[in-house]
Amino acid sequence: MTKFSDLTRLPDARGHFGPYGGRFVSETLSFALEELEKAYLSLRDDPAFQAEFDRDLATYVGRPSPLYHAERWSRQLGGAQIWLKREDLNHTGAHKVNNTIGQALLAKKSGKPRVIAETGAGQHGVATATVAARLGLQCDVYMGAEDVERQKLNVYRMHLLGARVIPVESGSRTLKDAMNEALRDWVTNVDDTFYIIGTVAGPHPYPMLVRDFNAVVGREAREQSLAQIGRLPDALVACVGGGSNAMGLFYPFVEDEDVTMYGVEAGGDGVETGRHAAPLTAGAPRGVLHGNRTYLMSDEGGQVTDTHSISAGLDYPGVGPEHALWKDVGRVQYVAANDDKVLEAFRELTRMEGIMPALESAHALAHAKVLAPTMRPDQHIVVNLSGRGDKDILTVAKIDGVEF
Amino acid sequence: MNRIDQRFAALKEQGRTALIPYITAGDPAPAHTAGLMHALVEAGADIIELGVPFSDPMADGPVIQKACERALRHHTRLTDVFEMVREFRRGDAETPVVLMGYLNPIERFGYERFAEQAAAAGVDGVLAVDMPPEEADELAPLFKAQGLQSIFLVAPTTSRARAATICDHGEGYLYYVSLKGVTGAASLDVEAVGRQLDGLRELTQLPLCVGFGIRDGASAAAVGRVADGVIVGSALVSRIAEHAEQPERIPDALKRVLGEMRQALDA
Ligand SMILES: Cc1ncc(COP(=O)(O)O)c(C=O)c1O
Repeated sequence: MTKFSDLTRLPDARGHFGPYGGRFVSETLSFALEELEKAYLSLRDDPAFQAEFDRDLATYVGRPSPLYHAERWSRQLGGAQIWLKREDLNHTGAHKVNNTIGQALLAKKSGKPRVIAETGAGQHGVATATVAARLGLQCDVYMGAEDVERQKLNVYRMHLLGARVIPVESGSRTLKDAMNEALRDWVTNVDDTFYIIGTVAGPHPYPMLVRDFNAVVGREAREQSLAQIGRLPDALVACVGGGSNAMGLFYPFVEDEDVTMYGVEAGGDGVETGRHAAPLTAGAPRGVLHGNRTYLMSDEGGQVTDTHSISAGLDYPGVGPEHALWKDVGRVQYVAANDDKVLEAFRELTRMEGIMPALESAHALAHAKVLAPTMRPDQHIVVNLSGRGDKDILTVAKIDGVEF
Repeated sequence: MNRIDQRFAALKEQGRTALIPYITAGDPAPAHTAGLMHALVEAGADIIELGVPFSDPMADGPVIQKACERALRHHTRLTDVFEMVREFRRGDAETPVVLMGYLNPIERFGYERFAEQAAAAGVDGVLAVDMPPEEADELAPLFKAQGLQSIFLVAPTTSRARAATICDHGEGYLYYVSLKGVTGAASLDVEAVGRQLDGLRELTQLPLCVGFGIRDGASAAAVGRVADGVIVGSALVSRIAEHAEQPERIPDALKRVLGEMRQALDA
């Protein structure tokens, strides 16, 4: 028992994490969510289900992912040792696939022939299209029209995988609007459609089950730290969009009080400019969107405000409800990294370690860069390298003034 | 007695079906809303559902999404919506007004302050689409204290156990969503709706009103044969969209659509 033990017992029976979370949906979806919750709770402790999940993660995703000591970069930063949890090496190139493998198993059990997803950077869309191809399920992916433009490569990848990508023109044409449209689809086609949500947000039970499927990241990282470092790390760092890769890394360490955790949000042009996607860091007001209560960027009239980030995957005005609680109780420190620092970290890791990170993951790296020099060389930081940067090459090239 | 209960009691006495139009507050601009509400009453509205515009109307189809966008271009906020209701009340003390929308603007406004100001403005009931009864334990008592009724949705997917819970919490009337989908969707199976309403009548005395998919006199009359009230939204809001540039034409356009429904219901 430590002072954070209570955090491992959440959500409560109604899907609440303290004042956050819940199931704020229109009535038509309540039944499907109750069914999903029931199905998941019965399968969660079923050894056969776990064995199937583990087998898929091993033979299809390629787990465990390595914990890599970035020695050269650590030396250059001149402080703590930096270790990278290599989720970029997963099949499809990001942590997102851990969750889609799990939800695909649930979809299969449900017998529904069609899956839908929302996507920002396209990584979750690709991971969903991938499992859908493997199971022979029809797959439609909603993506903000602006993100379709920013992430063309992933759009074509989904197309090759047999999925249909539906550009969403409403609102800010980014991730939140894609989620609105996916929810509208689901409410219409709930009888034959399984909604694979891509992050630890949405109505209960999604924040819980997406967390549980991604917690393999933290379980492995914990074991690998003990084996490779000889002890637990001093700090964990992960980027936070909706918060699934961060939750996956952090959750198995939640009771390890001596492990400090940093969730890095998208600072955009700077939190002080208002052009960002950092609801926790900015102390955004409490709000309700997409089925849960959380910190939500909205104006005084309660309208959700536009966000800004160089990375499509973090461009979201809310954040998973469990992170909201962890901020309030002080378990995790939430900070922001601005676009310029993110690009700098992206280039630095690529040049110094030969590893090209996703722009999302580069947010975590940008904070590690700030943190490491404040620590001693015998201290250790584990950074979640949530995805690889191939999808971002066009974005970075454009910034460099290169057109193809 | 709350205006909604009064209205349904009177309708029952007259053997009539309630006609409940929906428009979005501030669409096409805030100055028009109170006038449009009066026009709806003239055309036979028994209760008015007034939409509170929201940036992310997840349960709405394109027609009402665009209405929200038009209203938000004029920065329509809850304080403005209350002002519209006050203005309406200066000419109409009887017709019940239900605010319908999403929870976040209310959350941001503050629950208690919202309940006080809504009641003071002359609002009679509130339907927050994304607040099922399970999440209403903070808000519902505050509404009750102000005499505001909490209206809830029932859907074709609602289990009997859930329906019983909703009936326990619901006040005013139950809003039965006729189909799986968003507002403005096309088809509606009146027989299936009738069967569902029969099931609900075993659970509650509340009037059962049906919305989604009612677009003309014929569909209104068909639903009116099985329901205590019919709710019509997108069919009206699309008229507002058509005439958004010549708003002086909107009242007559709304009256034509609603008047046809009134006639069909009363025939
Ligand atoms: C590589 C990568 N990391 C992080 C994220 C952000 O999501 P989350 O905060 O749920 O991990 C995304 C989302 O698209 C992503 O592709």
